[in-house]
Amino acid sequence: MSLQFVVDGLLTGSMIGLGAIGVTLTYSILRFSNFAHGDFMAWGTYATLAVVSAIGATVGKVAPIAPLSFGWPLLVALVIGMAFTALLALLLDRVLFARLRSQGQAIIVVMASFGASMALRSLLEFTFTSRPTYFSRAIQIAMPVGFGIRITPDQIALLLLTAVLVLGVHLLMTRTQTGRSMQALSQNAALARIVGIDVASVVRVTWIIGGALACVAGVMIGILVQIRPFMGFDMLLPMFAAAILGGIGSIPGAVLGGLIIGLAEAGAVQLIGAEWRAAVSFIILMAVLFVRPIGLFGVRER
Amino acid sequence: MDLLGYGAFFLTTALIFSLVTLGLNLQWGLTGLFNVGLAGFVAIGAYTSALLTTPDDAARLGGFGLPILVGWLGAMVVGGIAAALTGMATLRLRSDYLAITTFGVAVVVQLVALNAQKLTGGPFGIGFIPRPFGSLAETPLLFNLSNLAVVCAVTLIAYLALEHLSRSPWGRVLKALREDERAAISLGKSARFYRVQAFAVGGAIMALAGALQAHFTGFIAPDNYLPILTFQVWVMLIVGGSGSNLGAVIGSVLVWGIWAGSGTLTSMLFPPEQQARAASLQIVAIGVMLCVILLIRPNGLFGDRPRRPRFGKRARIAAAKSSSGS
Repeated sequence: MSLQFVVDGLLTGSMIGLGAIGVTLTYSILRFSNFAHGDFMAWGTYATLAVVSAIGATVGKVAPIAPLSFGWPLLVALVIGMAFTALLALLLDRVLFARLRSQGQAIIVVMASFGASMALRSLLEFTFTSRPTYFSRAIQIAMPVGFGIRITPDQIALLLLTAVLVLGVHLLMTRTQTGRSMQALSQNAALARIVGIDVASVVRVTWIIGGALACVAGVMIGILVQIRPFMGFDMLLPMFAAAILGGIGSIPGAVLGGLIIGLAEAGAVQLIGAEWRAAVSFIILMAVLFVRPIGLFGVRER
Repeated sequence: MDLLGYGAFFLTTALIFSLVTLGLNLQWGLTGLFNVGLAGFVAIGAYTSALLTTPDDAARLGGFGLPILVGWLGAMVVGGIAAALTGMATLRLRSDYLAITTFGVAVVVQLVALNAQKLTGGPFGIGFIPRPFGSLAETPLLFNLSNLAVVCAVTLIAYLALEHLSRSPWGRVLKALREDERAAISLGKSARFYRVQAFAVGGAIMALAGALQAHFTGFIAPDNYLPILTFQVWVMLIVGGSGSNLGAVIGSVLVWGIWAGSGTLTSMLFPPEQQARAASLQIVAIGVMLCVILLIRPNGLFGDRPRRPRFGKRARIAAAKSSSGS
């Protein structure tokens, strides 16, 4: 068995982990599992793609940054895409989730997210058709780094980006007032209100972080694999599994869970074949639910 | 004559849908269990029955050539067991875990259907599934009508059984658990045990519907059991009103009518190369419809779910209304 699966697994794991941060935050703070999160990913990616093509049309062809397959337009587009996805999440909350939340039935919100997910995905399919597209069709040469492992410059850059983002979110959650309010709200919503935490603004920050990171994860998939309307929906089960494995509400847990599932998937692809990949996260999910339903870093609900 | 034949075909499909919706109504409407993987349970039923009843096939396992009724029973048993296992894994946890797990079940069933060629025939599916009254296939009208009669009978039996169940002590415990879990537990009812039962019976009904569909069309493939099926059935239940069996049946016929009608409309309005895109617009419309109904009329047409919140703003408004009215 070649060690290449470690790199593949870390990359898949980063995508899952970035997505799982959003899932775990909405679950712990807004108390519902958001089935539309995968579609935030896809919408963010298509938005980024649209901005990249718009820049390409106005500025002309831009040479990629030395060893990478993409140039500055993608970076600019990514920032715009993140903002767009965050706005999309806020908008959806405003029209749909917030209203249903105020009626007090958590599971109705889950169902609405399921309906919204279907509508969002089909809207993408309608606009862009289901044909896969790419940010770049250039083929990168993977460089050997020893132990039989090969890695492309893009992959190194994206792994670094993930590390920076995760560290950033972690610091935000633990070192800033906003982050502490978020933690407070997830641990005890009633008490958080009593001590005067502005719930509406915490909810907004939650959607902004979740949406922006979903966009980054989607763009990673777009750069390394391909862009399809179903790209986010297919990530949904791994993301939920990662969030539960890591322990609901824990950001390091979500990332670690993502990495574990990514590595397990990559290992399974080598051992039993790519067609069974999607079953890996289900098996891990069931194992967690039977053995330790609060996950690795979870706290028991009070 | 054609119209009558099409009407029979349409109603048969709609009633098979309403059978799935009845199963979902037992799980969600009566017990409050959220199943977003029901396509998986329908597929389990269809494949089980197909394996049991098709003639022997060298390319895959089985083809046992058993009678159709045995296939249906087998489908219910396997579907029920699958649902019971899912329930046992998740029903002691928060309701969201059940949603995520059922979603996973559907993904895995889809994977098995696609990849376990020896068992399921892979992407090409299973053909030559015996059809009830297959000998009448030369006269399509008679064939369609007799199939409609079979499906009608099965749906009616399921409907009456479920109506009876929901009024029985068993059904009352489920409703009690849905409305106030703590109170029901304090009366000595095991929440988890009752929920697993309800989830298993619901799963068995969905599997039976899958089997009926398989024997009606004579051919099944993994594509029949995509998440869109789950979604359609949910819309049917929500439109009809969760909690009401009659609502489940009527909602299914209504939504299937809208679905089939808009499908015909798009195929007439759009050129063939644009049909796939038009079909996705159809899904957008239904998705928006689900969200709108949840927002403005969460009880659906016939829902019995009492909505009298005991706390909060809405409760005060409701109280104010009732006191000013009297």
